[in-house]
Amino acid sequence: MNHSRKSHIIEYLNKDTRYDGRKLLEFRKFEFKQGIIKTAEGSAWVRLGDTEVIAGVKFELGQPYPDIPEEGTMMVNVELLPLSSPEFEPGPPGEWAVEVSRVVDRGIRESKVIDTRSLCVEKGKLVWNILIDICPINEAGNLLDVSGIAAYLALEDAKFPDREDDKVDYKKLTNKKLKLSGMPIPISVLKIGDKLIVDPIPEEESILDARLTVCTLNDKIISALQKGGGVPLNDKDISEMIDIAFKKAKEIRLKINKG
Amino acid sequence: MAYKKRSDGRKFDELRPIEAKLGVIARADGSAYFKIGNTEAYAAVYGPRDLYPRFLQNPEKGVLRCSYGMMAFAGSGDRVRPGPSRRSTEISTVTQRALSPVIDLDEFPNAVVDVYIQLSQTDAGSRCAGICAASMALADAGIVMKDMVAAVAVGKIDKTMIVDLDYEEEAFEGEVADIPIAIIPSSGEYTLLQMDGRIEKEDLMKALELGKEVCKKIVKIQRETIRENFKRSEK
Repeated sequence: MNHSRKSHIIEYLNKDTRYDGRKLLEFRKFEFKQGIIKTAEGSAWVRLGDTEVIAGVKFELGQPYPDIPEEGTMMVNVELLPLSSPEFEPGPPGEWAVEVSRVVDRGIRESKVIDTRSLCVEKGKLVWNILIDICPINEAGNLLDVSGIAAYLALEDAKFPDREDDKVDYKKLTNKKLKLSGMPIPISVLKIGDKLIVDPIPEEESILDARLTVCTLNDKIISALQKGGGVPLNDKDISEMIDIAFKKAKEIRLKINKG
Repeated sequence: MAYKKRSDGRKFDELRPIEAKLGVIARADGSAYFKIGNTEAYAAVYGPRDLYPRFLQNPEKGVLRCSYGMMAFAGSGDRVRPGPSRRSTEISTVTQRALSPVIDLDEFPNAVVDVYIQLSQTDAGSRCAGICAASMALADAGIVMKDMVAAVAVGKIDKTMIVDLDYEEEAFEGEVADIPIAIIPSSGEYTLLQMDGRIEKEDLMKALELGKEVCKKIVKIQRETIRENFKRSEK
């Protein structure tokens, strides 16, 4: 990005406003739909400003790991499709794709939002594996938060497919849903100069000093943290950023619950 | 086993419902969405832009590069592993061949036009839906084109000629011929022709004739969508 645009963004931030006219802690317009993909067992479409993603959940039957014979598994994968941005190139996942995938994954996995024991079909022999894939259609900033929200919405929508022994019948979905014990919503708070902002556009992301992504399950529990950017954060920054993440996640949860 | 009636109640020469949109991907230079039945394709065009690695450059004219892919959850069975497969590589190649005859890149030596196609859900006919979307996305990107390209699968089930096969029909237990085609409507020439199954020459020629007719309907929808979008942007 050229130097003048950078100074432009900073000039605006110093007046407590954004390059696109928003307030510092204001999200862009948030929209979502669930159950949009017929070939997936659960799906969601999410749009935040111009950033748009589709998430799909597939169920697979497999053998459990020997050390956890009574537990199924889950995995989140974010594909940075070259279709969605001039900056994404074809090829194996780069650092950013892996980071987004892993932060979204951790926010759901380590918090035990999915009870992996409930995915056991036969101890030591057969378990369900839950695969959540997220594909951006248009990447216009804040992909990590949008991906995390889409992953949750797709899981909420998901229904177990029918099965006969170890064969899945993808044509028939049962009425059984996943039991989810929380609504993991990642919120990335960016620090540019001494200002904190949320829901960045690509121009803002390209000049961030530091980022803290905070995934929360509800109004109390944090389920994942990831610091990004080259500038260190102090205690005060971290405390403020977490407060902002709780507040913004609460707003998103309210919108999701309203439908 | 005679095929007397289609499972979804369509006539034998009837297309599934089509929904087309233009300019659906803000960051692309051109983009389109094409849905036919439950097969849903997005296409984005980037370029003309510099082509790297340099040895791929053509000093005479620009290069068209196409990439077809399915989202992991877009298949009718198991999860599709992300990344290129033998199938997706072949479809990318035939898509490039289907589109390149209509586009003019003489003005852009050493440059590339990238076309990315992604299927978010599929119920057969995905390469054809991808080509229909890509053709519209190229127009949206302002690439000089001699004509649109419309694509559809035609075929024969048992003794019956049909258009726009769905997954259930492709998997029919009995004699099936599945023939994806792409057509330049103004000349009636084919830019994509593949087939698998079993068919006699006479029936093949009949199927192609049928395909040509329904492609006229598809191209009408493509053109109307582009025109509508153009009117909107003029306002």
